[in-house]
Amino acid sequence: MSTPTAIEIAAQVRSGSQSATAALESSLSDIAERDRELHSFLHLTEDRARAQAAAVDAVVAAGNDPGPLAGVPIALKDNMCTRGAPTTCSSKMLEGWKPPYDATVVSRLEAAGALVVGKTNLDEFAMGSSTENSAFGPTRNPHDPSRVPGGSSGGSAAAVGAGLVPVSLGSDTGGSIRQPASLCGVVGVKPTYGAVSRYGLIAFASSLDQIGPFATTVGDAALVLDAISGHDPLDATSIPAAIPTVSSALTNGVAGKRIGIIDELMGEGIDEDVLRQTELAAEAFRSAGATVERVSIPATIYGLAAYYLIAPAEASSNLARYDGVRYGARVDGGNVEAMNIATRTAGFGDEVKRRIMLGTYALSSGYYDAYYGKAQRVRSLIAAEFATAYEQFDLLLSPTSPSTAFELGAKSDPMALYMCDVCTIPSNLVGHPAMSVPFGSGDDGLPIGVQILAPMLHEPAMFAAAAVLEAAQKGSS
Amino acid sequence: MTKRITADEVTHVATLARLRVADDELVMFTEQLAAVLETASALEALDLDGVEPMAQPYALTNVLREDVVTPSLDPTEVLAMAPAAEDGRFRVPPALGDAQ
Repeated sequence: MSTPTAIEIAAQVRSGSQSATAALESSLSDIAERDRELHSFLHLTEDRARAQAAAVDAVVAAGNDPGPLAGVPIALKDNMCTRGAPTTCSSKMLEGWKPPYDATVVSRLEAAGALVVGKTNLDEFAMGSSTENSAFGPTRNPHDPSRVPGGSSGGSAAAVGAGLVPVSLGSDTGGSIRQPASLCGVVGVKPTYGAVSRYGLIAFASSLDQIGPFATTVGDAALVLDAISGHDPLDATSIPAAIPTVSSALTNGVAGKRIGIIDELMGEGIDEDVLRQTELAAEAFRSAGATVERVSIPATIYGLAAYYLIAPAEASSNLARYDGVRYGARVDGGNVEAMNIATRTAGFGDEVKRRIMLGTYALSSGYYDAYYGKAQRVRSLIAAEFATAYEQFDLLLSPTSPSTAFELGAKSDPMALYMCDVCTIPSNLVGHPAMSVPFGSGDDGLPIGVQILAPMLHEPAMFAAAAVLEAAQKGSS
Repeated sequence: MTKRITADEVTHVATLARLRVADDELVMFTEQLAAVLETASALEALDLDGVEPMAQPYALTNVLREDVVTPSLDPTEVLAMAPAAEDGRFRVPPALGDAQ
């Protein structure tokens, strides 16, 4: 790996062998040189990062410890609030808006010594699987610029995949961290629902959204996750208990573990090369001492349908706040309602409008029980089947994405894009952690990730398994 | 549940959501919403009698904090980001009266 890892940078900065300022300038010059083609960043926060780097260097000079992420440049998906710096959600609705507060993850990263270098591109309001639905233009895949990076956290995945920053944060509502991680050849983690504070994460679907890291190594992802997880009184859905740390579990291995391959996600709709890599990952687990068997979780096939009712329903409620009154865009009208309508019609892109209308329909009188109510019951069904599976297995394994990265413009039909999330959605519906780990490449030479799923708060075992796959990859390359 | 969504229903839903759908967009949105709802109709095959709805994955109830005053956002900073403000308040067009 030519680009230094976060662990290496932090070690150098803490020991004084490299300054935080030097680490920052190296990242900023990579971005200036190479991001013109990729468009992974929407805006840079150079001044803030330089001030933070100087502060970290001063702490080191004074002989004190600047924290576990000392001097590590990090990029944030542009749906996380940064005080005084643009936070657009890739929407015209929030263009020019500067939040009056920092998201909790931003405060925690900086408290750990990290340097926030900028905000990355996403599908508008995190709705999409390709980062093509951005009001500010698409991001391109660092492995092949004619292809998409996945989405919705495509900018954060591409920035790490291209080596512009060692680590970044994304948000995952139905796979928006794991799918782009798979397509960009990096590690991507969706933690347990409630493990990482959502305060300052602009809401899409509140019962599904979760922030997590992208990194080039499992160890770097662990370092970032440990820094951002933990209870936050500012988020009422934050788990009010200690969250287990993952960095200390990386060498635990999988010997004696029982790992199940989800049958329903190993057939129709999944490309042959993706299935092959998933089977090879199973083989790597067996070689490391785990038992791996197929397990059937029949309700997972209903996950996609349930998700595309629940997520739009929650979005239609959450996005009602963009009314042209308190922040963001306003298009004038003769009265309040006319102003609301003109603002929302001009401010939202087509995919956001589709989901708002879909959600409004699913929640409307006469359809609530048939659509939203039913989807919520399916959610319980999936949770019950996962609980049964976890009586026999410690972890589960599946593909992350049905295919490698596709060409820009290849999936213009919304339903075709929604299918990208079929393997990742179940974990969001039940709130469990899951992560994508790079595991070889497809017939087209593009990266493939495999997904490791774990029960609620079993991130340590999940990371230990991810480290096994990472080691197996290093051994084979 | 199987009844296909109509263009009139899409227009109605758009109104509820404070959106305006132009005539040339109506056919596209109607077809796209119908396609998603058709996928959702797969759920009809499931027997969900006795299955409780699940609203959130980690059920916390009555999350409260101590009733003490804590710092809040700076009103000047907040109002500076509003599309229009006056006398320390958000300014909006009249609630009543005709649209222009």
